Amino acid sequence: MSPTTAPAPPIGRNTAAMGVRATARVTAAARAGATVLPVLDGDGPFEFRRLRSRGTEARVCVVGAMSAPLGGDRLRIEATARQGASLHITSAAATLALRGPTAAHATYDVHLTVAEHAELRWLPKPLISAAGSNLRQTWTIDLAPTARLVLREEQVLGRMGEPPGHVATRLTVRRGGHVLLDQEADYGPGAPGWDTPAVLGHHRTTGQILLVDPDFDENPREPQVLTESPEDGQAVLTPLAGPATLITALAPDGLRLRHILNAAYSTSADGSNRARK
Amino acid sequence: MNRAALLVLADGRFPAGGHAHSGGAEPAVAAGRIRDAESLENFCRGRLHTAGLVAAALAAAAAAGHDPLALDRAADARTPVAALRDTARKLGRQMMRAARATWPSAELDALATARPRGAHQPVVLGVAARSAGLEPLDAAYAAVYETVSGPATATVRLLSLDPFDATTVLARLVPELDRVAETATATARRVAEEGIDVLPAASAPLLDISAQQHATRPARLFAS
Repeated sequence: MSPTTAPAPPIGRNTAAMGVRATARVTAAARAGATVLPVLDGDGPFEFRRLRSRGTEARVCVVGAMSAPLGGDRLRIEATARQGASLHITSAAATLALRGPTAAHATYDVHLTVAEHAELRWLPKPLISAAGSNLRQTWTIDLAPTARLVLREEQVLGRMGEPPGHVATRLTVRRGGHVLLDQEADYGPGAPGWDTPAVLGHHRTTGQILLVDPDFDENPREPQVLTESPEDGQAVLTPLAGPATLITALAPDGLRLRHILNAAYSTSADGSNRARK
Repeated sequence: MNRAALLVLADGRFPAGGHAHSGGAEPAVAAGRIRDAESLENFCRGRLHTAGLVAAALAAAAAAGHDPLALDRAADARTPVAALRDTARKLGRQMMRAARATWPSAELDALATARPRGAHQPVVLGVAARSAGLEPLDAAYAAVYETVSGPATATVRLLSLDPFDATTVLARLVPELDRVAETATATARRVAEEGIDVLPAASAPLLDISAQQHATRPARLFAS
């Protein structure tokens, strides 16, 4: 994690030769009507800061301790909400992928596990794919049948006025052992067809919000076109083949992307009190 | 081996209902994202490497005899937009009717019984290819070709594009069609060892968003 304004030289790194290997872990557990954090272990570029709880929800902010990911880094965050727990994770700043000392790719793997009657909200700031960077990011999410999830991911392809780096992602969501959503994206130099009128066209920011809630089994959301203006961006809301809703958005820049997603999220939360809780 | 069956299966006149669908070309033309042969080629290239790769891998896996119902669920997980799932199942149902009449088989019957509203089209295509005595690579070829020929044919109608230009677009994509069909088949081959999750899941946000937009348009030439 790194502030978007961070200077280019990597901070807090010993040598340039090898990338950083880091696994940060957070575990939330329900205790006496509140959520406690028995595990809160930062590592490498990830430091955790506890924020004030909101209701029964424990809140954690990921603070960047050094510039990452750079080429060659192997980064991993594991977050678990045990039975009945409610955990909200955000980040202090955008994640800036930069070219490392080598052209080698970096990996950034996020593993989220949500147990029965637990809720996890993963709402970090965007990933910025800077020119020359090469990142493979995965989200692997395991949900119990009664678990609830809110996940936001935003990608900004290139800083202002520069071409994007290469970013390849895979998002896999399993619910009760079955795959609910499996989605890959491959953008930037070397990715076939990414800037064509079928994939991103001229858009350089893309994002989505995924809501999983067993309530959607009874009350699935109707598909909805949220915005469709070439200047401001485009977004649709659609039910998945399961108790989940996905908001997909494209926009000319990160500000308008966030605006669209925020508006869409408040719309979608209307139909699901529990997702908003 | 029964290779000529591939020509029958991949023929645009095979009565599986594909002519009523533009593969996302109609909303792209309406939005000005396809305006000429060059932008059509780019559109087809983007669709090929995303939706085309996924469809080809599903079809190859089905043609190899992997459980079509598990593949149908994998297709659901790879199709987040409701409008595209509906389209895939409608096309699957029409493909099923044509395939059962053409190459009847117990496997097609079983899939039709299990999914009366239609299975995802690439899965039906794969089982149909298998019933016709074709190989997984053949099924992948039928899927990738359909991924680009549908939008190309539709654009001839939507933009009054010169049919020679549209065919030239398809010819220029041939090396990539070969590569994607082979990649899809190679990945499908790994299903036996590594399970269905190994199949590609490449996404295309503009195809997703515009498909949902198109589904709500009252006046349209193509169903999708």
